[in-house]
Amino acid sequence: MADPEIKSYEPHHESQSAAVTESRPVRVALTTVTLVFLGVFLLLPLIIVFKEAFAKGVGAYFQSLGDADTRSAIRLTLLVAAISVPLNLVFGLSAAWAIAKFEFKGKAFLTTLIDLPFSVSPVISGLVYVLLFGAQGLLGEWLKAHGIQILFAVPGIVLATVFVTFPFVARELIPLMQEQGNGDEEAALSLGANGWQAFWYVTLPNIKWGLLYGVLLCNARAMGEFGAVSVVSGHIRGLTNTMPLHVEILYNEYNAVGAFAVASLLAGLALVTLVLKTLLEMRYGAEIAATRGH
Amino acid sequence: MEVRVVNVRKEFERFPALHDVSLDIKSGELIALLGPSGSGKTTLLRLIAGLERPTKGAIFFGDEDASQKSIQERNVGFVFQHYALFRHMTVADNIGFGLKVRHGAARPRAQEIRRRALELLDLVQLSGLEKRYPAQLSGGQRQRVALARAMAIEPKVLLLDEPFGALDAQVRRELRRWLREIHDRTGHTTVFVTHDQEEALELADRVVVMSQGRIEQVGTADDIYDTPNSPFVYSFIGESSSLPVKVENGEVWIADRPIGLEAPHAPPGEAVLYFRPHDVDLLDGCSGCIAGTVAASRRVAGTRRVELEIGGERQRVEIELPIDHPAAQKSRVAFRPRRWKLFPAA
Repeated sequence: MADPEIKSYEPHHESQSAAVTESRPVRVALTTVTLVFLGVFLLLPLIIVFKEAFAKGVGAYFQSLGDADTRSAIRLTLLVAAISVPLNLVFGLSAAWAIAKFEFKGKAFLTTLIDLPFSVSPVISGLVYVLLFGAQGLLGEWLKAHGIQILFAVPGIVLATVFVTFPFVARELIPLMQEQGNGDEEAALSLGANGWQAFWYVTLPNIKWGLLYGVLLCNARAMGEFGAVSVVSGHIRGLTNTMPLHVEILYNEYNAVGAFAVASLLAGLALVTLVLKTLLEMRYGAEIAATRGH
Repeated sequence: MEVRVVNVRKEFERFPALHDVSLDIKSGELIALLGPSGSGKTTLLRLIAGLERPTKGAIFFGDEDASQKSIQERNVGFVFQHYALFRHMTVADNIGFGLKVRHGAARPRAQEIRRRALELLDLVQLSGLEKRYPAQLSGGQRQRVALARAMAIEPKVLLLDEPFGALDAQVRRELRRWLREIHDRTGHTTVFVTHDQEEALELADRVVVMSQGRIEQVGTADDIYDTPNSPFVYSFIGESSSLPVKVENGEVWIADRPIGLEAPHAPPGEAVLYFRPHDVDLLDGCSGCIAGTVAASRRVAGTRRVELEIGGERQRVEIELPIDHPAAQKSRVAFRPRRWKLFPAA
């Protein structure tokens, strides 16, 4: 920070020292490059999604959203998110708890394993389930014999989604809980609280904003996942198509309005997520983990 | 409540943190666990609390074996070094937490909990701050809230881990006096951990000096300071000087001269002489004394410390001189320790 005296000499860059400030042309060039990039690659596509969606008017937009297959895709997406997000909330919380609060052998390995879904291609994630549960797969025979349908049905889609979105909550909470340590929990126990009370009254309030942040990102990904779900869903219209898959089908059928109408919903979800995420970071930045890998 | 630690051993991953430690703490006593870092003092405190389980040995609360009881069942008040206040709760809710989590009939009504919290807040002299959050308090105030919270559960024993460790010198001294007052008023059996000898000697009824997982000495401040029972205690508590000596014919010798100290019970052979730099008699002539030339001299508050070179082996030893003593660089000074102790040569 510059001291007040220096501030009065250079009122324009109060927060930067002279040594790290670039010359004006360089700054303008850098800013322009960034803005153009953002405009062409992010903002423009977003605008086009909405423009195409409303290309034939508001009526056509709502009509295509009212289509039975589209409605079924929306329902399925909501259902998958409603199952996989709470599951990952619990998984992520337990994984973070185990890693942050306990010492055990293989901890480093477990930490790496949590990142696996991020490092592996989503298509592979889907294929794993095909190899496991498919007709020729490891458990295929047994599942068939017992009449359990996993692939090309809701359970498969949920499994793939859970796999892909698993790291969000855990990765958000691990650094946060490591930083907070065991002190507060020990204090709660020493005051007579049982484990559940310590969790409910002390741990959870300490991590709630980080948890919410992780859940938000997890939900956005759960609703938007394409690759892994595409492999296991079977693309059965009205049955196993989620919104992203439905967008692709409609688009391939040259139904631009329909495709972009559904896409606009996903884009809207992204915008809402972004706004909530920014609000959370603004208000509770200090209480959310400092590491932002995504 | 009387607390007895009996032959307790604690290992972390096979690494021993405490070796066979025994300690009797009297009811109503204020006792300090003093030692350098790694001496096992915090481990001992956490074992008494039940935050750790002993590898061997037992801990008794009164006549009851508490070793296998959980921390909740032991009913101890624990004050953590970094306070561990619940940041999302107000001061009053922090203090009332221990009562709120009780079950069934043991749990007071909300109104009663609040009354008790305010009462304790008054005891720790923080009335009026009940609606604040921990982040809005100074370090000293947080420490007081932590103590009030620990006392709210009417603990059998109060345990404090480096209670003043994170505070600045001024606040430390204030809180020290204040803790003594609170202790005298409430009469809780209290154990606190510190690495600050001044704090331990000034505040505690008895001091437990620890080093490398063992108890070196237990005693009052006077015992510990005046009759240390090991080289470690001698050098850890207060200032000390030491010299390699020899014991022959019941007398202490340096090189080829007896220094006028009788040691009839010491085994003959090599030994180390310990004494306090200020606890010496200055002598004029030297028939049976320690003599040396002044190698360095520095002013320490109201006295002067000089470093003397003794004999041909260039041993250096520090003693204290009155400020008006004429000793200058290279001049000879003769002295004899007034109070001293011999320990076998290491």
